[in-house]
Amino acid sequence: MEEKIIVAIIVSAIAFFSIYAFTPVLIKFLEKRNLTVKDVNKIGDVMIPRPGGISIMIGIVTSEIMLYLFFPISEILAIIITSILGFSVGIIDDKKTMGGWFKPLALAFCAAPILLLGAYDSNLDFPLFGSVQIPSLYLALVVFMIPITGNTLNSIDVLNGIASGVTTIASFALAISLFILQNYEIGVACLCLAFASLAFYKYHKFPSRIFPGDSGAVMFGVTYGVIAIVGQVEVIAAIAILPAIINSFLFLSSVKKIVEHRQIKNPVKHTDDFKLKSTDENHAPITLVRLLIAKKPLSEKQICNEVLKLTIFSGVLAVITAFMMGVKI
Amino acid sequence: MNVKIYSFIFTMWILMLVGGGLMTLVIGPFSLGSIESIDPIILSGIKVGLALVLIFVWIFILTKVKNWIFKSQVKS
Repeated sequence: MEEKIIVAIIVSAIAFFSIYAFTPVLIKFLEKRNLTVKDVNKIGDVMIPRPGGISIMIGIVTSEIMLYLFFPISEILAIIITSILGFSVGIIDDKKTMGGWFKPLALAFCAAPILLLGAYDSNLDFPLFGSVQIPSLYLALVVFMIPITGNTLNSIDVLNGIASGVTTIASFALAISLFILQNYEIGVACLCLAFASLAFYKYHKFPSRIFPGDSGAVMFGVTYGVIAIVGQVEVIAAIAILPAIINSFLFLSSVKKIVEHRQIKNPVKHTDDFKLKSTDENHAPITLVRLLIAKKPLSEKQICNEVLKLTIFSGVLAVITAFMMGVKI
Repeated sequence: MNVKIYSFIFTMWILMLVGGGLMTLVIGPFSLGSIESIDPIILSGIKVGLALVLIFVWIFILTKVKNWIFKSQVKS
């Protein structure tokens, strides 16, 4: 047990400090090459470097490789390879805006290492009631889950600090849940993601100094998804990111088709003092942000805080669910 | 301030717990007792169908809750 705690400290430190140290270098590099985008929620032409996914990839992959050296198990290898593939899909989308179907399809292929390495258990565990054996159906679930988590965290990346903040809170909740369920190796792998997203949040929070881009947000989601699968905590993982799932659900149920989020009408507009308010457009989708500002306009920082509070709430529900896993009715 | 959105998350959580219960207690052990020679693939197909019905019910309830929250937020 002592060895596992030392490993957890080492890999968490690597994940945190590599991103903490490398991101300022990346910001300067991207600014020099004019790889910036306009922050539409700021007054004036505020340009922000993008994609910060490169920094996120270095932090997550370095720490997970180090973890693999300590615990050479196929589950951690699956996390490393799937995360890199997820990053690759995101970086393609960063360079060239692809159609709405590109990411889900490409991310479905990213699930291949999990299946090829056999890093999954075909039982789906539910709290209070035990588990169901779905050997064939579970394969489909693996293929669906990676695009879902990848796109879910990508689609909530709409305001400063939300994607990294939500990932940080949800990953810590998932890591705690994995420790409660005594799945220590994957729990430590999840800590790498939690500390990596925490370090990136420092630069991504309001006012952002860098945007993660599709590469960063998708990589957060894919890494989160693969940890949920190899750690056999799919239901708990879904609960921890419920605000992001609600956002996707609201979006899909109002748009009623899969489209690239940049192709739809903006569901929010600005007041004179640059707060965000809900648009009057009937065809604009209902999103979590639009739901939060339906009553009255809020500043970007206030909205971010509200989303993070919702994630803390769902994180607590996830930890409660982990405790309920040990109880059978 | 956003009690309704917290309630929405809580409702989703409860639906996931209930759905899990139905999956493990009803759909998982489901069998057509009167027809013993039924192909396991067909039985699995029926179970998938039942699970899909459950998901549709779940989405239907959530859509209703979502519309109610949005309308009440806009009105207030």
